[in-house]
This record gives sequence, C-alpha cells and structure tokens, in this order.
Amino acid sequence: MSKIVKLKKGFDLKLVGKAPLEVANFAPAATFAIKPTDFLGMQRPKVLVNEGDTVKAGTPILIDKALDQVIYAAPVSGEIVEIKRGEKRKLLEIKILADQTVTHENFGKIDLNLDRDALAAKLASTGVWPNIIQRPFGIVANPSDSPKAIFVSAFDTHPLAPDFGFALKGEEKYFQAGIDALAKLTKGKVHLNVDGSKAVPAVFSGVKNAQINQFSGPHPAGNVGTQIHHLDPINKGDIAWTVSPFGVVQIGKAVLEGVYDSSKMIALTGSELTKTGYVKTYVGANVSSFVKGNLNSGHVRVISGNVLTGEKINPDGFLGFYQNQITVIPEGDYEEFLGWLKPSTSKLSFHKAIGMLSFLNKGEFKVDTNTHGEERPFVVTGVFEKVMPMDILPTYLFKAIVAEDFDEMEELGLYELVEEDVALCEFVDPSKNELQELVRHGIELLMYS
Amino acid sequence: MKLLQNLFDGIKPNFEKGGKWEKFHTLYEGHRTIAFAPDLITKSKGAQIKDATDLKRVMITVVIAMIPALLFGILNIGHQHFIASGEEATLIDKAVFGALSVLPILIVSYAVGLATEFTFCVIRNHPVSEGYLVSGMLIALVMPPYIPLWQVALATIFAVVIGKEVFGGTGMNILNVAMTARAFLYFAYPAQISGDQVWTYLGEKTAVDGFSGATALGVAYNASVEGTPVVDALASHNSSLGADFSFFNMFMGWIPGSIGETSTLMALVGAVILVATGVASWKIIVGGFGGAYAMGLVMNALAVNEYMAMPAQYHLVMGGLAFGVVFMATDPVSAAQTETGKWIYGILIGVLTVIIRVTNPAYPEGIMLAVLFMNVMAPLIDYYVVKANKTRRLQRATV
Repeated sequence: MSKIVKLKKGFDLKLVGKAPLEVANFAPAATFAIKPTDFLGMQRPKVLVNEGDTVKAGTPILIDKALDQVIYAAPVSGEIVEIKRGEKRKLLEIKILADQTVTHENFGKIDLNLDRDALAAKLASTGVWPNIIQRPFGIVANPSDSPKAIFVSAFDTHPLAPDFGFALKGEEKYFQAGIDALAKLTKGKVHLNVDGSKAVPAVFSGVKNAQINQFSGPHPAGNVGTQIHHLDPINKGDIAWTVSPFGVVQIGKAVLEGVYDSSKMIALTGSELTKTGYVKTYVGANVSSFVKGNLNSGHVRVISGNVLTGEKINPDGFLGFYQNQITVIPEGDYEEFLGWLKPSTSKLSFHKAIGMLSFLNKGEFKVDTNTHGEERPFVVTGVFEKVMPMDILPTYLFKAIVAEDFDEMEELGLYELVEEDVALCEFVDPSKNELQELVRHGIELLMYS
Repeated sequence: MKLLQNLFDGIKPNFEKGGKWEKFHTLYEGHRTIAFAPDLITKSKGAQIKDATDLKRVMITVVIAMIPALLFGILNIGHQHFIASGEEATLIDKAVFGALSVLPILIVSYAVGLATEFTFCVIRNHPVSEGYLVSGMLIALVMPPYIPLWQVALATIFAVVIGKEVFGGTGMNILNVAMTARAFLYFAYPAQISGDQVWTYLGEKTAVDGFSGATALGVAYNASVEGTPVVDALASHNSSLGADFSFFNMFMGWIPGSIGETSTLMALVGAVILVATGVASWKIIVGGFGGAYAMGLVMNALAVNEYMAMPAQYHLVMGGLAFGVVFMATDPVSAAQTETGKWIYGILIGVLTVIIRVTNPAYPEGIMLAVLFMNVMAPLIDYYVVKANKTRRLQRATV
C-alpha cells in the first residue's frame, strides 16, 4: 500500500554552483577522520586505538561507553596519525593517514536468516550501524530497540544536494541487500520514499521488501522527518529508525561482502568552487584535495554538508560522517550601506517585503554567510507555518523550548523534529533566531531530564 | 560611504567596553545598523545562510503602506479647515495648512517615542528595535488634528513604557502600542479627543453658517436619537457647504476625523501593499471587514432604532474602522498568532466595533476598544487553537 503525498508548503532554494552529473578528477584525499561530535547523543566516547597504530577499514576505533555494543570503525586502512582533543580533553577528531589501497577487515558474510537480535548485534559490530538513526531525538539507534518502522528517503531536496540516483548508480544489489537486512530489524515496514515528481532512478525502482511511497513538492519534501509525519508519525513512546540511502548501501555491502566499505560518491558544490562535480571517496575525507586550488576567491566558507544544515569546516577539515556533499560559498562579513532598505532582485529571500524582489528572479542565486540583520524577538507571525509541511505550530513549539516547558514541548510535537526539520524556518526567520540550536536544546532537555 | 564607515569606526572605541560612553553601546549599534546592514555572519553550526529580509525591512514596509493615509490626511485637514471657515482655497493651500498641523504631531510622536525607547535600551542594555518606526507613525495618525502637543508626548510616553517596555520591549507587548496611546488620551483627556469641536481647527476664525464639526459617527448617533433615517441625516449634514457625508465622500475620506483614519480608500491602498508584500495577514483584514459587514446586517435585521437600520456598508466607511482593521488589528505581536486564530480575531474585531458603535453611545468610535479588547483576548483564542493541535496529536497516538 504505497502512499502518494503532494506537499505545497516549503521553499526551494535555487543556488549557483550545482554539481553536474559527472565524476570530477581530483587527487584522492590523503587523510580521513572520525569526529565523535558528528554522533549526536554520544555520551561517553572512548578511543580504542593509539596514535601510531595501524588499522584496516572496519577496525573498531571508537565506542560510546553508554551504548557499547555499537562500534565506530575506521573508514579506511592506514595509520592513526592524531587523536585531537579540545578543551577539557573533549575528543574532536581521530585522524587516519590512508594507505594507497584500502584493505578491509573481513568479518564474514552475514546470513539474513539469523534471528533479529543476532542480526542487529552482528551489524552493530561491523561499523555500519551508526548509519541507523533513531527518531525521536536523531541519535544513533540502540540495537536492542525494536522500531515501529524504518524510513529511507531516496532523494534530497536541500540546496545543491547530490542526486542519489547518480551517486548510487550500480549499487542496486547492495541497496536491496541493505533493505532486506533492515526489514528484518523492524516489526513494521521499511518505507522507501522516492521523489514523485521525477522518474525513479534504477537503484530504487525495483526494490522489494519495502513500501515505496512518492513525495513531491518543495523542500523539505525530501526530509525524512517530513515523510515520517505523513506516513506514520512519531508519538510519545514511539521509536522509528531512519537510514540514508548511502547507509543502506553500506549495510548491504556488510551483508553481501562481509566488509565495512565506507566509500561513497559525494557532490562538490557551491558558487566559489571553480570545478564542481562528483567525486568518489570515503567517509570522513579530508576536503583539502578537493578545495585547494579549486576556489574562485580567497575569502570563502567551506561547509561540510549543505547550506541549511551543514557545518563550517576549515579548508583542510574533514567531511562529516553523515554528509554527502561539500558546499563552498563566500563569507559575508561586510557592511552594506542601507542594506536593509535597498531594493534587489539578486538577494535570495522567501519574503516579499518592500524591495525584496527575488521572487521575480527565476534564476539561480549566489548567497553568502551574512545574516542580513541582527537577532530580534519573534515579531512576524505565520512565516514558519508556510515552510513547515507538518501539522505542527512552530512558533509555539519554539517558545515552549525557550521557556523550557516540558509538557508543552511534548504536546506540541518536539518528538517529531530534529534540526534539519526546522532549518528552513531558521533560514526564513526575519528575527534571525538560531532555531536548529534551539531544537537540539529542547531535545536534550527531553532526553536527559 | 567609506567616509561614513570611517566616522563610525572612529567613534567606536568610545562605545566599547571600557570606553567613556560604554553604556550607550546599544545606541551606537542601533545607528550603525541603520546606516549599514551589519557584517554579522552565521554560526559554524546551523543554517549557513540567512534570508535577506530582516525586521527593519518588514517594519519599513508597514511605514510605507501608511504613507498614502498620511498624505491624504494632511490634505484633508486643510480641506476641512477651509470648509469650516468658508474660504476658497487651492489644493496647495490645503496641503500647506494640513502639513503645518500634522508634521508637529508626527515629529513629537517620533522624537518623544524614540527618546523613551533609547532610554530603555540603555538602561536594560537591549538592542534598539525597529518596532517604534511603525508605532511612531501610527500614534500620529490616530490623533485628532489639533491635539495639544504635550498630550501627544504624554500619550506616547505612556504607550511606550506601559504598553511595551514593561513587558520587555518589541515583540513582547500585549496591547497595540498606538491604540494604547489613543486610549490613554481618550480616558485621560476626553475633552480634547471627543465631541464635535476637536476635529476641525478654526483658530481665530468663526465657522460659517450651517457648519457643524460633528463626525459621521456623531451624526449617525444623533439621527438615531431624533428618529430620522441615518442616511438622510448624513446626506444633509453640512450639505449647504458641499461637505455632506455621502457614502462616496466617506469612502474617499473628505470628512472630519483623526489625521489618518478618514479615508477608507487610502486604508485599502495600504492593505494592498501589506498583503502583496505578505507583511500583514489578509485573514485579519478580510475577517475584520467581513465581521463588521455581517454584524451590520444582523443589526439591520433586529433594528429597533434608526442607527441599527443604517445600511451595513456604511459601517465600513465611517470612522476609523478601515484604518484600524488594516493597520492596527494586523500588528502581528498583539494579534492572534495562529492561522485559524487570525480569522476569529479579525471577525470579532469587526463584530465588536459595530456593536460598540450602535449600542454604546458613550464610545462613538468602536474600533479602538474593539482592537484593545481583542488584543487581550488573542492569547485565549490562540490557546484553544493550540489545544486543538495538541488534541489531534494525542488522538493520533491512541488510534
């Protein structure tokens, strides 16, 4: 019983710097890193290796002592060159200098006829498990939980997002195996949600063992949170899991080949990259070989991920565990004379207030990191509602989090949200509030108290 | 522009921590951000880009939407004066006369309001907010043309302090700031803001024979007391002077009243700007007009006096209903904040305005009290809309 959902609310950001569907030629990344800060909800990270150790792809290098059946594995083979810590010895990065050819730990093919718990335990020991995210809260799933359903969004509507059909071309076999494994892990269904406005890519079209649903509409139609809300919403006490298609393929490779293969095709995007395109690399790649010598200007921000939910990294920083894209845009630390008053068709805005004429511009926009205004209390109402295609009252929920009112947070639907679901609200907010940070604060209040 | 930037940079050290005017830091920032959109950038986590619209642009949109009403108001004040004095006058004479009486009020409203606002910003150390750009204009537009300036100043201070700052400033107020100013004057100095004498200024001159300074609402109420049909009374009012209260004149706004409120047409021009730019809720505006019209029809059906029998569409063009619905009711902070709530809020403002006008002779203009009353009720409306959302979520869980 597949579902067809057409969404109207939302906003597509059309930006300069889309990656053409071709593999670009870059020198491979030399170093890779696992950043414990990528794994939300990781409470007590413990490093299992020392500087100077050699590892293979799939060697356990990190665990969370609060959830120690899940291992975090080295994405490539090589030598541990640095374990970087920050203030109060907070673990920041475990860096690996990669071998020329990556060798894998072999833990044997996985028999899908294992019982559910044995299968979960096996997957948790291979390094692929952190791809499985638990809703509510958006944290790494606990293998001993039994989710009511598992959701996979087969398309990404974020600005300049990679085309999954292209990035996963040829991985059909592994994708199917990944879905088969996930289907064993849930009592309910595996939902595969495809873009209803386009032809379904080969990698997703023939998939069995999953319910294929179609979603269409502007961003955030591709957000798995939006999709869950329309398929089988999360209520208090429910647990659902989500996996990205890249994660599904990794799980499939673990099942069929018995290895942790973290290779993936990522998109290099953004107006400040001279050459955009796709490049094959591994989880946690150092971005410098893709960025250095490939910039249009000197004063840029390199983002691991997309412009709405990504994270600023150094030009020689590392791709986040869950990110499939690098975006490079200009920094916006300039003053603009009467910038709040000047009419413009080239400044991207969801609004149509006096002088904001971007709605007349059907082309692509070049954006920078300027906030275009200072932070203010909530004044304008009804804007968040226009970009939130869920039956949720965002303003009231945000105010409940500000007030740390636990009952209100629960009743107004915080269990259904993670950061990316309010990223568009944060973008359009004329009062410039940090809403993603606020939602994570609310989630942490619900989780830990 | 480099020059101005250098000027700001030059005085900046004085406002930084340890500088001699450290306390006035927020004022420095406030002025600099008006001249230059600030060089702030997004944080390293979260949205890396932000929409190009900020609160300043939203607020200036509202101010621009009010300019037609202001300009018409200036002209109309002159127009009304020369009708009363019986003199011939050109359009320019009227505009000059009007400007001389309106601009001082506008200047006092902005100067006193901003001074109060700045004082609070410095004391409370919060950023100078753009909200008063709109409030300052609104306060001027709801004043009678010949109000003593000290009363404008007093009302402004009261509205900014009691109406807004005690709740925490822009975005936190419960009542509409400009309506608070007007209500303050209405109850504190009723002689200068009600009756037949305050709407048209004569100065040393004497009124021509047959002139009455009453407003349309006053005429309608008196007609009802005397038992003559309201439409006839409106049509014959000052008709010898060519300034009768025909539907057309009232729609255009060639009638006595507060500076900006008389012209329904100019309020509608403002409404078009506000709705097209998405700044004001069309639901509140449509609800407000619709509610007033519907209540007018109900009054017609139940009519026991001439006022109740007045055709419903007259309610839409008399007094300040159009101005209030378009510019006051749509203030997002004091209005209902849920989309369903906005319908209920708008409709009830229209309904209440007509009820107050028709049934309570002590308050000939109902829109002021209707808006203030609904400002207070808006959180209650929202409470039930939010509760319905919670209930839907709970029911979903138990199904």
